[in-house]
Amino acid sequence: MPDTVQNKQEFDNMLEREACMSETTEDQNVRVAAICDRLITLEGPLLPILHEVQEEFGHIPDGALQTIAKKLNLSRAEVHGVASFYHDFREEKAGKHVIKICRAEACQAMGADALGDEIRRHLKVDWSQTTADHKITLEPVFCLGLCACAPAAMVDGKVVGRVSADRILEKVGS
Amino acid sequence: MSIKVYVPLDSGSVALGADDVASAIADKASDAGADVKVVRNGSFGMYWLEPMVEVETPRGRVAYGPVSTDDIDALFDADFLTGGAHKLYLGRTQDIPFLKSQSRLTFQRCGIVDPVSLEDYRANEGLTGLENALKMTDEEIVKAVTDSGLRGRGGAGFPTGIKWNTVREAKGDQKYIVCNADEGDSGTFADRMIMEGEPFVLIEGMIIAGLATGATKGYVYTRSEYPTAIDVMNEAIEVARAAGVLGDNILGSGKAFDMEVRMGAGAYVCGEETSLLNSMEGKRGVVRAKPPLPALEGFLGRPTVVNNVISLCSVPVILEKGAEYYRDYGMGRSRGTIPIQIAGNVKHGGLYEVGFGLTLGEIVEQLGGGTASGRPVKAVQVGGPLGAYFPKELFDTPFDYEEFAKRDGLIGHAGVVVFDDTVDMMKQARFAMEFCAIESCGKCTPCRIGSVRGTEVVDKLERGEEPELQIELLHDLCETMKFGSLCALGGFTPYPVLSALTHFPDDFKPRALDIAAE
Repeated sequence: MPDTVQNKQEFDNMLEREACMSETTEDQNVRVAAICDRLITLEGPLLPILHEVQEEFGHIPDGALQTIAKKLNLSRAEVHGVASFYHDFREEKAGKHVIKICRAEACQAMGADALGDEIRRHLKVDWSQTTADHKITLEPVFCLGLCACAPAAMVDGKVVGRVSADRILEKVGS
Repeated sequence: MSIKVYVPLDSGSVALGADDVASAIADKASDAGADVKVVRNGSFGMYWLEPMVEVETPRGRVAYGPVSTDDIDALFDADFLTGGAHKLYLGRTQDIPFLKSQSRLTFQRCGIVDPVSLEDYRANEGLTGLENALKMTDEEIVKAVTDSGLRGRGGAGFPTGIKWNTVREAKGDQKYIVCNADEGDSGTFADRMIMEGEPFVLIEGMIIAGLATGATKGYVYTRSEYPTAIDVMNEAIEVARAAGVLGDNILGSGKAFDMEVRMGAGAYVCGEETSLLNSMEGKRGVVRAKPPLPALEGFLGRPTVVNNVISLCSVPVILEKGAEYYRDYGMGRSRGTIPIQIAGNVKHGGLYEVGFGLTLGEIVEQLGGGTASGRPVKAVQVGGPLGAYFPKELFDTPFDYEEFAKRDGLIGHAGVVVFDDTVDMMKQARFAMEFCAIESCGKCTPCRIGSVRGTEVVDKLERGEEPELQIELLHDLCETMKFGSLCALGGFTPYPVLSALTHFPDDFKPRALDIAAE
């Protein structure tokens, strides 16, 4: 009965995929729990934990919220409330490169608006979006403390001052 | 002995290429067989000269700047390692007029020392204030700080000594010193500069605050946008701990104080002290209603001093040289020095520490040298995104808490952002409302809803929909936000909006009418 064989094959594949996925979730839970265990003795450990989780996974995975909540004796909603309050914490992974452009007043005085427009036009994204090829995420930032070398940006964690759109795009190979 | 070459690690210098310059110098020196030690120091705060490279010579430290990697070969050819002549030569660092004319009390070692060398810090009178404080009672320390006239440098201007005394007298098994290093105001970078360039002075200031109030634990809450400041602070804390400056036995006195750095997560409102405390406790950074004061019920409900970085960094010099020495600087009720940060569209942007009292015009035109674009100055925003825009007509305003308040402005964290005549003040007013809407914690209605309505009103004004009515509405809305908001975010957003409206009424004419008139 070729039909059944094919179904069995698919069924096996499905089992394998599920096993693989639960292994990933399992692995993720273990890693999140380890971060919690390491930081739980701090006074007010939640922000440090969220930072570390994001460092480890590139974002705050949905499943991590429950693990953190359990460890800290909070509800999942409370942890989600905190994670979603702060601009830094991502629900989705960022692109390979992250461009943060300062949009605050000192940089505005030196043409930050035009810089932001040019980058958005070139990458075909708006603020807080990632390009279709998932290569570049563009984010606004309100002050990098580089107000005497405006306009300023941060590309993959490195600061640049008196910057042009060309220089930013060159750094991310676009 | 190797020749010391200084290249700043300061984020501002690095943003202008200091890392590449430092490695280029090291490479070239090793190729040339020169015995050179590159020291990564803090910045002196003259950002138009950054990256500024200094060389230690028999006649003192001499500077070259702004240096790019393209200049390195020529600098070696000009024998800059012995202070040779070159077109970027600036003379002795200490003689550069912008630096020489300052009164550097808080920033006295910033740029001079290796930031994480405790030996350097001690060699420049570091820890003398702490040593003096260890010989005093808590009351005497508080009295010295009160007598110095030091007021909160974060913007509120509340007398530091009075705050400390409240915590000193509060009952509690555990008290805390929290340093508010959440420097989110555009145009300000003094906190970042001192944490990157002279971290031990903050550590010393926090220990003294602990001795004065009975607090044994300190936290520096700073921004995720300041990774270098975090790294330097953490390294300095380790060094201080290893040297017995922090820990259970401060300099062998038997007294205890320890501290750590906490990183925010990109929320501007966490610069407000109660939302900062919530954030540190692992909650959403929403503002708490006062009372209770943080001094009585602060971090984890315990008595807590929350002070700005610059307030705490001004304490060691007060304890070192005495309250009167500090108090002799300044004017009126604004005593001591203030690190003014000159930024935006300005020729000579940077940090200038001086006693209170310079006029805004002196700061912008003489120190700043006018705009970078060469166009006329139109407006200057003082005190960050919640500060007022000043027109040239108000350039005679002295830099002083009360004088600025009299003119419906504030000095805030002393950031001065210069705009040339291409700025559109209606757009700036809209941005102030938009920024408030983005960063509002959402707790109180005037801020949460008012800011959104504010942007809509400005949009209508721009479109020419019943302009007179919109201006009346905008005034009304600002009034509500000013008096109805829980904290300074909603309460001070009206400052930039109303000052733009009052001083630059021509910019608020409907755009459609302008076009029709042309």
